[in-house]
Amino acid sequence: MEAVNITNLNLDDLPWIIEYDESKCIQCGKCTAVCSFGAIKPDVETRRELSNGLKKPSFHKVLVIKQKVSYTHHCRGCGMCSRVCPNGAIKAVRNPNDRYSVRYRAAKAESLKKGGRSNLNTEGRTLDKIKIGRISQMTDPSLDAARHKFELRTPFGRILSAEKLNLHLENNNMELSTKLPPNRWIYPILMGDMSIGAVSWRMWEAMAIATAYLNEVMGLPVRMCTGEGGIPIRLLKSKYVKYMILQIASGHFGWNRIIQSMPDMIEDPAGILIKIGQGAKPGDGGLLMASKVAKYVQEIRGVPKADLLSPPTHQGLYSIEESVQKMFLSMNAAFNFKVPVAIKVAASVTSVSVYNNLLRDPYNIVGGFFIDGLAGGTGAAHEISLDHTGHPITSKLRDCYLAAVHQGRQGEIPLFAGGGLGQTGSFAADAFKLICLGANGVFTGRLLLEIAGCVGNDTGKCNSCNTGLCPAGIATQDLCLTKRLDIDSAAQNIVNYFIATDMELKKLMGPIGNSTLPIGRSDALITVDKHISNRLDIQYAC
Amino acid sequence: MCRIGAIKSKKYLHPSIALKLMRSQQKGHDNSGFAFVMQDLGGIFNAHKDLPTLSLAATVEGTRRAEDILHDLGFTRVLQWAPEINHQKSLKIEPMPNYVFETFQYPKSHKYATQEEKEELLIDTALLLRKELEKDNSGYVYSFWPDVLTLKEIGSPKDIGTYFGLWEENEELCAKVITAQCRQNTNYDIVRYAAHPFFLDGYTILANGENTFFEKNRDYQRSLYKGYIGFESDSQCFLYTLHYINKILKWPIQYYKHTITPLPFEEIEARQDKDILLRIKASLSHLEINGPNTIFGVLPNGEMLCVCDSKKLRPVVIGQDDDTVIMTSEVTGINDIMPGRDIAKDIYPNEKETIIVKNDLTVERWKQ
Repeated sequence: MEAVNITNLNLDDLPWIIEYDESKCIQCGKCTAVCSFGAIKPDVETRRELSNGLKKPSFHKVLVIKQKVSYTHHCRGCGMCSRVCPNGAIKAVRNPNDRYSVRYRAAKAESLKKGGRSNLNTEGRTLDKIKIGRISQMTDPSLDAARHKFELRTPFGRILSAEKLNLHLENNNMELSTKLPPNRWIYPILMGDMSIGAVSWRMWEAMAIATAYLNEVMGLPVRMCTGEGGIPIRLLKSKYVKYMILQIASGHFGWNRIIQSMPDMIEDPAGILIKIGQGAKPGDGGLLMASKVAKYVQEIRGVPKADLLSPPTHQGLYSIEESVQKMFLSMNAAFNFKVPVAIKVAASVTSVSVYNNLLRDPYNIVGGFFIDGLAGGTGAAHEISLDHTGHPITSKLRDCYLAAVHQGRQGEIPLFAGGGLGQTGSFAADAFKLICLGANGVFTGRLLLEIAGCVGNDTGKCNSCNTGLCPAGIATQDLCLTKRLDIDSAAQNIVNYFIATDMELKKLMGPIGNSTLPIGRSDALITVDKHISNRLDIQYAC
Repeated sequence: MCRIGAIKSKKYLHPSIALKLMRSQQKGHDNSGFAFVMQDLGGIFNAHKDLPTLSLAATVEGTRRAEDILHDLGFTRVLQWAPEINHQKSLKIEPMPNYVFETFQYPKSHKYATQEEKEELLIDTALLLRKELEKDNSGYVYSFWPDVLTLKEIGSPKDIGTYFGLWEENEELCAKVITAQCRQNTNYDIVRYAAHPFFLDGYTILANGENTFFEKNRDYQRSLYKGYIGFESDSQCFLYTLHYINKILKWPIQYYKHTITPLPFEEIEARQDKDILLRIKASLSHLEINGPNTIFGVLPNGEMLCVCDSKKLRPVVIGQDDDTVIMTSEVTGINDIMPGRDIAKDIYPNEKETIIVKNDLTVERWKQ
């Protein structure tokens, strides 16, 4: 009997198996050249020619493409090989008997890391079980999405109740008596929240170009968040910084250069976002693997080439009151109380408590509450966090809105919801439903990567952003790989997607007869799921 | 689609004029009810214009309880009037057993009370009466306010008129301001409280249309003031916002329009008062309305008001002669009761206008 070492990693342990058809292969080498993971290689195999027994058996060598069986160079199923193969001779096929995660932990004694997204079963999405069911037909007319004027703007910044506006009368007209918190009217969809480092500078630049174009040419006041990785100084000192929301997280990456550049800034940024948590890996800090810390990333962030870990918490902040006093106050003061300062937290059972505390803060300086659901993306995370921690966005957004309604303070701190929106194809529908449930707006990051060409999906395809070997040139700093991403095309695709989404939002506003955003208009929604109906307080339909 | 009417005159008018105003507009409503509010009362109520009049439809038990409550609070009755009822089996009407219109003297404790304190007492009392009678559906408190009389009933407007003898003009029952609607709310349950016009704290509102931001308005208004209750009709939100803007916040009346139908951003940006308008838009976004609407209102000082939705999706016309100004949904109604007027003076307000009818009957048109 043949001996076999069963503890070694074996081909059928891997999550993806390469199917290769030798008869179609012309040995052009494109597949091996394109594979950023080095998961396939040219190899030589010996073939035995069958004989009738009269002749001695003969052997000959053939050139084949072979899959590597390796913890670092295994196939991630990105499909680049089949994209470049002129004859369709090669493809990656999902292995139903995959045991890779067991093997990896047993062999390496370390936690498995991943990028992109968790392995989610998207068939059960709450948002997909909600429909816009209250249609204007007779007593109130529906609006023509193509002809009527619609206003898709939402406030960003702390809003005071009418009593607290402290207005006074002058010649029967009202005048402002005191300085009020900064407030901006922006497009209800924000983009970004991904750092230079987590994504390639080309991807980041494509988003920044798209943002500027949407504002300057299309007239859509879309705002982009920088993510925690700084911002190029040239952009910081340009007029376009007014479209950017600067993020500060526990690592404070990039803020040295931002602060030093402040005297030279000609415009205020659109806002400041203090990131406390992230939906994909709540309770865990940022993680940028050393392989992605390129020279320019080091420069922007002011760090050496090493794994960059943002702590799970902001050091020195041990209560919500403290965070309000220290962080919000100092960020407000830094920009002379002219820039909205918002907070981003991971959706959690405790989100409402945090929101209530901020609503009741006497300084009125928290200008937005961003809640990130568990289906959100990430550049890198431990698989255990990604797959097993987090809270869905929909019910938590609803909880926060209803908590504000309960106190008569809805809208005072605008709510923004994100995390896996557009997962099943219709981003506008997801955005619209969340707005009806109480969101002032929504934010998206990963969808922008998919628009630019990311090949990953929610069922385990690729999701290797953590490796720095992104085959689409998006989540990598490798100069050769980043070249795969055409900045202008990516920017154009993002712009196009926003234009289409804008049109689709109007196609949803028209039938319910609303020309302005139906924030909190849950009576427009129905659900075919009794539990969702009860939990979200929307009408059950069957 | 319902039709509404509002009449303001230098002379005292009998409510039959409201029935006649609405008669030719009947195709637009379903004859499910008739309701009116009379203000600046003449006739038998003229002698007690400063004292509150209770407008109540109730059972015998409900009437007794309401009177007991008022008695316990120290109110003493100075005048009682009830319409003469014409019982006919053929009439399509679902009447309550008693219709009570009683004027009361304030409690002694309020002899030297300020106007504000008296108003507060009346609002609290009306809310208490409503709450008590609601427990067993024994009565409906429509208004409890000086110089105001309200009647609401379910049934055919013509038959309701016959039942209460409203077709016959007399000098007992008349007023200088009458607002009326010939339809019950049909979007939700047909209940008496859902019928326009709505009255609160000196403000009256009636509307033709649909408020598609009803849920947003309602959820916000519930926390703003104790009197914002009921919500049997989405149009009550128009009343509560008017009251909130003008009475609670003490903002001039032009900001009502800026609150319920804010200007588009590009227009706000071009205005000198853009800072104020943007703040109002943000702070009171939950009071914004959407959907088609024409809204008529009467302010505590007796002036009448008309505004429309931002797309002008519902009809309205204003006709006038030397003695009277009439706002209504369709011109046929005005033609019936004011045939000799100068039709060149008719006003068809647009989506940006706030129309104010002053007490001397001058009609002001404010552009938003």
